[in-house]
Parts: sequence; structure tokens; C-alpha cells
Amino acid sequence: MGFGHIPFDVSHALAGGMLLMSFVLLYQRRVPGLIAALATQGGLLGLAALWQGWAQGAAGLYLTGLIALVAKAVLIPWALSTLVRRLGMHGSVQTALGIGPSMIAGVGLAALALVVALPVAAGGSALAQEDLAVALSVVLLGMLVMIARRNAIGQVVGLMSMENGLILAAVGVQGLPLLIELSTAALLLVLALVAGVFLTGIRERFDSLDVAFLEDHRGERR
Amino acid sequence: MMAALVLFPWAAALLLALLPGQRLSARLNAAASVVGLVLAVGLVLGPEPAAGLLHLDGLNLPLLLIGGFIGATASVYSLGAIHAEAFPPWAGRAYHAAFQIFLGAQSLALLSDNLGVMWVAIEIATLASVLMVAVHRTPSAIEAAWKFFVLAGVGIALALFGTIVLAMAARPLLADPESLLSISALRAVAAGADPGLLSLAAVMLLVGYGTKAGLVPLHSWLPDADAEGPTAISAVLSGLLLNAALHAILRVGSIIGLNAEAISPAPFLLVLGLASLLLASLALWRRRDARRLFAWSSIEHIGIAAICFSLPGGAAPGMLHLIGHSLLKSAVFYAVGRAIILKGSQKIADISGLATSHPALGWGLLLGIAGLAGLPPFPLLMSEIRLLVVAAIFNPWLLILLLLGLFTAGAALVTALTKLCWGPETPDAPAPAGAPMAGGWTVLGPVWLHLAVAALLAVGLPGPMGRMLAAAAGVLQ
Repeated sequence: MGFGHIPFDVSHALAGGMLLMSFVLLYQRRVPGLIAALATQGGLLGLAALWQGWAQGAAGLYLTGLIALVAKAVLIPWALSTLVRRLGMHGSVQTALGIGPSMIAGVGLAALALVVALPVAAGGSALAQEDLAVALSVVLLGMLVMIARRNAIGQVVGLMSMENGLILAAVGVQGLPLLIELSTAALLLVLALVAGVFLTGIRERFDSLDVAFLEDHRGERR
Repeated sequence: MMAALVLFPWAAALLLALLPGQRLSARLNAAASVVGLVLAVGLVLGPEPAAGLLHLDGLNLPLLLIGGFIGATASVYSLGAIHAEAFPPWAGRAYHAAFQIFLGAQSLALLSDNLGVMWVAIEIATLASVLMVAVHRTPSAIEAAWKFFVLAGVGIALALFGTIVLAMAARPLLADPESLLSISALRAVAAGADPGLLSLAAVMLLVGYGTKAGLVPLHSWLPDADAEGPTAISAVLSGLLLNAALHAILRVGSIIGLNAEAISPAPFLLVLGLASLLLASLALWRRRDARRLFAWSSIEHIGIAAICFSLPGGAAPGMLHLIGHSLLKSAVFYAVGRAIILKGSQKIADISGLATSHPALGWGLLLGIAGLAGLPPFPLLMSEIRLLVVAAIFNPWLLILLLLGLFTAGAALVTALTKLCWGPETPDAPAPAGAPMAGGWTVLGPVWLHLAVAALLAVGLPGPMGRMLAAAAGVLQ
């Protein structure tokens, strides 16, 4: 299977769309835009899993895809937007890294992922190999989003994007056991993180979601 | 029998989440943890269980025993400290339930033969420990929990990626995809798998689980988490969670090491371990907060254990070091926790002169810190000497770095010891109204029991303990 075959091209297009959304996450300054890009990435992941389910003939992947569609494209973005609306954070987010430098760093990381992943998977099928390269890029860009944003929402969004990359890699492995369990457990981590933002009341205590405020409390007690 | 070690604490957690009475929950928590210890001991005495999804071997058995033991003593300590922690009602429930969930997940992470299940178990243990660190809801506790959560979240995400890549490497070689994540099945095919994919998996898993193990430069959550949660949690974090994470690294290393062409995880582990030892040996000098001091000492010791495991012939001393450190560090945390309650402050300057004002506690703390500093009669001295021998054979330059780190760290701990135990006596804080200061046995019992067991291990080294260490080393070959 290679370029020109429908299953191959569609899964490439979906994975490529996810990578594109990672770059959107990197340059988007406004919080609602950030959440919309994350929801799109989650939706593309769901479609990629459904497509792989059809291409591999694996029923379990349909469930993974549906979970991703419902939770990542709808529920979590909705919860995050509710939170943001309640806190009145429609403005732009403070970034630790400017747009230009973070885009350059992002391109560098994507190139690194290609350099690392393309030769190593030479033994596997072309599909798995290129999926791995894209997934690794999404994971690395998610980390970059976490580093480049100074606020709690930005860190949650970055971690969720990383997790999307993980699941993309997982659905590419033919017949991976425990796939549903693993993707659910990874989702649980993200849900707990979102719940943490809700429940710890970072806003109540610090009047902001900017985690830099927390740094006053770090280090030795005086 | 093995499944009971996981399922029993989880059933207890369900019960503890439903019970409102805090005093009763604390007692039930202690009882459940003691049953957990009995179940772990049952693994040694009972017939060898058949391997399936869970497996038992020389590597995880000692860690399970230590886990059961520290779980039991930490819950007894927690019983005595429950007044001083002053949880709101919901927090008491969450804390006790999370404690049992943590113990069950910890056992599952050690027992699992499936890398996917191991990952899920470590994730559950992380979530439970984040909850326990945040339970006081002070700004510092929330900051510590958030930092722990975000760093650990990135770490376990990378570990899952590594796990998936490992499965990808084994996929063309395994006829039965169901066994794609099984450690034994992966070991069988590792030699023929794609070395590039294995190398990528090795890096991801080392960084991922290395974050959870608190290896430098991925350590920054540990001092905060150890300083801000309830003290019993510092003991289980430093005593158990770090072991489970290092165990995961060793299991993965034992798979990838079988492939001659893939990059070996050992040099990376050596560098991370050395960085941990050297950075911690310097950082220990600058600590003013007692719990942060011992958190840094955990970073130092997990670094030493990592160095041991990365050297040929170092697995037995590494295992001894892990066990000895867990026992001594949790004893020290219990004693320090009690001292903090008595003096009403976490600062080292405020806890001075403990050996004269509270002799039983002060001397217990003194012996514990001495053991951590590598003084006799405790096992860390022996594991460090063995490490030096192994290192000298491996590379003399390594020996110099190790001696430098060990002496700097040991001297820092002895300095702290003289301040905490012998300095001018500081006055006790007035006992809070309505909270009895009784219940000293819940601290002194665990502290002295840990010290006795640690000394016994050192004495029993040539006999049964030696055989146990050899069995652990055998698994990693």
C-alpha cells in the first residue's frame, strides 16, 4: 500500500490535518481559538481512528474513534469553554515565547520527528512509518505548546494535544491489545487535569489562571 | 493471591470513600494496609503462582514486600497524625481512599507482565498521589500538586508513547497480537526487532518513567510534593512510587538490552543517575526546610540506585540500595513529621535539639539520617561500598565522581543531623486545643521497626537477603 491508494491517502490527510492543528495551537493567542483548534484536532483523531478501524477491519478501533469524537471534539472543549466563559478570559493569553520563535521551534521539532521516525521504521509498512512520524511531531509540538504558554489552560491544552498524538500512534499499530483501555486511561488523565482546574479553584485563590502566580509559593518556606 | 494484592486495597478504598467518620476511616485504613502486608508476605510463603497477566519473580518480590511493609507502617503513622493534619470531612475520605488506591496501583505496577497494564497502574498511582498532595488546599499544596501533575502527565504520556513504539517494533515478529505488550513475549522477540524503533522506545520510556522516578533533570516536582502533602504521603512517595518507576525502567531496559543493535539504556541511566547524585549532593547543603532536605536526599539515592543498575554486576547492590533507602527514608519522614507537629514548623532551625528534648524520637531520627548518610550499621553503607567496587572495575573516573558525590551528600546529611538532633533545644509549640498529643507509639513504633528491619537486612546480607538480591539480579540478565 502506498501513495495513490485510498486508505493510505485518507489516513495521511487526517494525520496531516492533526499536525496542522498543532501548529494552529502554537500560534493561536486567543483562548477560544485555542479550544476550537483542540476540538478540531480531537475530531480529526476520532475520524482517523474510525478510518483505521475500517481499513484494518478492527471493531475495537470504532469504539476508540467514537470515544475520541464524543470526548475530545465535544465534551472537553465544551467544558473548557464553559470554564473560560465563567472566568471571563476571552482576551489573549500571555505567551512565554513569541509567535515567530515558537513557529520556528515547531518546524524544527516536526523536522526532528521526521528525521528520527522515518529511517527507524524502515522495516514496517509505509503507513505505520509515516503515521509514527506525524504522531511523534504532534507529541513534540504538544510539549512545545505547554512550554510556550504560561497559563493553566495552555498547559492543559498542550497535554491534551500530546495525548492526541499518542492515540494517533496507537491506532496505527495493527492489532494493539488493550487499545480501548489505554486510550480511556489516557483520557482519564486529561479529564482529571481539567477537573483539577475546576476544583482547585486556582482562580479563586489567585484571581487568574496564570500559573506564574503560583511561583510565589514555590521553593523554601520563609 | 497476586490479584488479591491489587483488588483488596481497591475494595478497601471503595469502603473508605463511603465512610464519613475520620477516626474510624484512619483505623480501617491501617487495618487494610496491614492485611495488604500479610498478603504480600503470603506471596513468599505460598506456592509459586502461575504467570499470566500478573507475574512474580525475583525482581518484583522484594519491592512488593517493601511496598506492603511501608504501606502498613505509613497508615499506622497516619492514624496518629490524623488530628494534626486536621482534614475537612471530605478531604479525610478522599485521602484514605486515595491511599488505598495508591497501594493497589503500586502493587499492580510491580506485578504486571503487561506493559500497558503497568502504564495504567502507574497512571492511577500518580492520580491518587496528586490528590493526596493537594489535600490541604493551601496555595503551596496546590502549586506542588499542579507542578507534580503537569510534569508527571508529560512523563507518563511519553512513557505511553514509548510503550506503543515498543509494540510497533515487535508487531512484525509476533503472530499473536494479544501478547504484543507482554514483557515475557517482548523479551523473546527483542533480539530480532527493528533496532531503530527499539531505540526510540528506549529514549521515550526512559524520559517518561524517569520523570516519575525523580531523576535529574526531571526531578523538580519531588521536593515540592514531598514538602507539601501530608507526611505519610512523603513516605510513600519517596519509599514506593520512585521504586515502581525505576522498576518500570528496569523491565523495559531488560527487553531493549537484548537487542545488540538498539541503543542501550544503560549509559543514559548512568548519566541521569550521576546528574541526580551530584546535583542533590550540592542541593542538600542549601536546604532550610526539613522535608525538602529529605526529598533531595531521595533524589540522591534514586540516582545512586540508577547508577548501580546501569553498571555490569550492579543489579544486586542496586536492589539493596532501593530497599535500604525505602526503609530508612520512610522512618526519617515519620520522625520528622512528628517533630514538625511537636515544634509547629518545618524549618530545620526550629527543630533543633531533638535528641535531648525527645530522646526516643530524636535518636530514631539520628540513626535514620545516619543510615541515609551511608553510616553503619545500615544496608546503604554496604550497597555503596559494593557500588564503588563495581564502578572501579568499570571505569576509575566514575569512581572519583561517585566518591565526590557520596561524601558531599553524606557530609550535608551529617550536618543536618547535628542541627536537628543535637543543636540548642527549641521549645515545643503549644498543643492545639482539643487535639491530644498522645499517640506517640504510632510514630515511635514504625520508626524503630524500620530501623530494626534495616539493620537486620544488613546483618542478614550473606544469608537469605543475599539470595534474594541474587535472584533479582538474575531477572535483569
